[in-house]
Amino acid sequence: MTTLDRRTFIKHTLALGTGLAGLSTDAEAGPKHELSPDRMGVLVDTTACIGCRNCEWACATAHGLPAGPLESYEDEGVFQAPRRPDDKALTVVNRCENSKSPATPYGVKVQCMHCDHPACLSACIVGAISKQEDGSVVWDTGKCIGCRYCMIACPFQIPAFEYGKALQGRIMKCDFCHERRADGGLPACVERCPVEALTYGRREDLVRVAKDRVKRAPERYVSHVYGELEVGGTSWLYLAGRDFTDLKFPKLGKNPAPGVSESIQHGIFAYFVPPVALYSLLGLLMWVSKHRHDDGEDR
Amino acid sequence: MNHYSRPVPMRGPYLTPGVIALIVLALIGLAALGARFLFGLGAVSNLTTAYPWGIWTPTIKAGGVALAAGGFTTAALGHIMHREEFEPIIRPALLTAVLGYTFVALSVCIDIGRWYFIWHPLVMWNGNSALFEVGICVTIYLNVLYIEFLPVVVERFKGRVALPGSLARWDRSAERLLAALDRGLERTMFVFIIAGVVLSTLHQSSLGTLMVIAGPKMHPLWQTPVLPLLFLLSAISVGLPMAIIESLLSSRSFGLKPRMDLLAELGRLTVPLLAIHLGFKIGDMVIRETFVHLMKVDAVSVLFTLEVLLGLVLPLRMLVSAKARRSPPMLFAAAALIAGGVLLNRMNTFLVAYTPAYAAKTYYPAFGEVAVAVAFVCLQVLIYRAVVMIFPVISLPDPTFVPKARYAIRG
Repeated sequence: MTTLDRRTFIKHTLALGTGLAGLSTDAEAGPKHELSPDRMGVLVDTTACIGCRNCEWACATAHGLPAGPLESYEDEGVFQAPRRPDDKALTVVNRCENSKSPATPYGVKVQCMHCDHPACLSACIVGAISKQEDGSVVWDTGKCIGCRYCMIACPFQIPAFEYGKALQGRIMKCDFCHERRADGGLPACVERCPVEALTYGRREDLVRVAKDRVKRAPERYVSHVYGELEVGGTSWLYLAGRDFTDLKFPKLGKNPAPGVSESIQHGIFAYFVPPVALYSLLGLLMWVSKHRHDDGEDR
Repeated sequence: MNHYSRPVPMRGPYLTPGVIALIVLALIGLAALGARFLFGLGAVSNLTTAYPWGIWTPTIKAGGVALAAGGFTTAALGHIMHREEFEPIIRPALLTAVLGYTFVALSVCIDIGRWYFIWHPLVMWNGNSALFEVGICVTIYLNVLYIEFLPVVVERFKGRVALPGSLARWDRSAERLLAALDRGLERTMFVFIIAGVVLSTLHQSSLGTLMVIAGPKMHPLWQTPVLPLLFLLSAISVGLPMAIIESLLSSRSFGLKPRMDLLAELGRLTVPLLAIHLGFKIGDMVIRETFVHLMKVDAVSVLFTLEVLLGLVLPLRMLVSAKARRSPPMLFAAAALIAGGVLLNRMNTFLVAYTPAYAAKTYYPAFGEVAVAVAFVCLQVLIYRAVVMIFPVISLPDPTFVPKARYAIRG
């Protein structure tokens, strides 16, 4: 009966354990997550935005999405209800009332925030989302399986999916014009903005610029640079004349969004010790209960 | 008298009025599925940017995994704890798990937008992703389940291979292969049985981790760092009740006398498991002080209360009573409440608790989504019925039968 003795069993268990431990080191080689000190960002001054929506047109044009004629963007009817980016528009501008000066309402451009610690990147089952040196969070069509877990994870509700396509539906979100910038260009929206509501630069510098603006015009701004600390920092930063919750920004803590989930995940799989320990424990239990059973029958 | 019973293929007509109804429901869902593949997810679902996961996630995906927990719980009970008297329960539970996980894999395949890239997670890894962990674990476990089921297939054909026509000259080779498989599987099965239990604890809990990353988008009643533990405990406590449900249903369907001695004992064993689950659920609520959300009556607080009262407290109270455990209708009702409670919990966790910041309108499943989910359940019942009529899965009492060695650990 005992063709496989206890020593062999232990040997096999150990071999299995080492094999799995080997896998775990590979698994840690996940998607690219660069946090270069020179990563770029954009400072959005919602008090400067005039709501011309030229950035929407420039973005759609640059990304091959249906843009329509530029004149059609003069229609202010769209400001009736707040809009969200979706699979056909990677950025939208909403309007928000300015009580200090009703004639110049605030314009709130919405797009991917390009987090420093993106929840979508942590969540993605195949590592299709990466954080590049230039600050952009980009999506890889060659990897994505369309599971939409990034959409569950994103605290800003940004990624959209092309549900209408039977094949090769894409995750659509602002890519911070990663390719344009690699060729030395500016982000399409920044390039187009006529009033300098969008300032492109090193994120580190932009935080300084933003705080400086608040200091010089405290009556114009609330003392809060949205994105400086939210979910561990974002590449896109915002200045506003009233509380950010009025501008429909989510109220978020300073901890990176994926933090808790990753600690749980790594706790369960700490070098595969817990699973291997459980395996050994169950093996021991199986062996003990078998012998107790056998002894019972012998008597 | 001895209580030995022998697994045999069931007899009787495959088609009954109930079976025909299931076939019709399955065909309707398959038509919707056809539309999904031809025109995309948008054609059959109400999924939006705000609600990227619909009814399929808590039902045929995560719900399927939870309700297939009978596979690993009965294996742990029968093989690891050596409670051999439960042998007649293990095979039906194993078959349910095999079918359950197969359909979970299929459900994932139809739910992802790019189904033809379903194999990507095998080669493109992200160790930080809870979904990656679930995907890999479920894939490995599915293979383990097939291996665990292989002996049933071997038993069916061993010693009676009769290939048709000119293939008949391979009969002896096939027999030799089956004999080798039989020997090899018997010796090594303990490796797979333990692996099955370990893999189950891993992915059952990681399914709970899935929604942790949604952070503030989740209602605090369900958003907790112990979500993985609660998912694991609920899976463990629903395993044996699922075995009870299957056993009572198939006894009914094939006109057999249910093994109430075994089923009542399963009900008794469920009591502490359910109590532990309830304890952690209440404890988590008390420690995080989320009971404040139960003070006002709305859909969320009602659904949470239903989940706890109908899914945990009531069946626990029922199963504590020895008299209720011996009554087939009462035992069935208790088991069904537990299973329903787990399903409701998954619905609540993945759909009700999920409140996106900018939802234009609340998600309700489309007809196509419901039809596909119903069809997948029907197909599992239909295949289950076919398999138990072909393979020796369900046991009948047989006083002359002496079972051969079980899958004991060697040593």
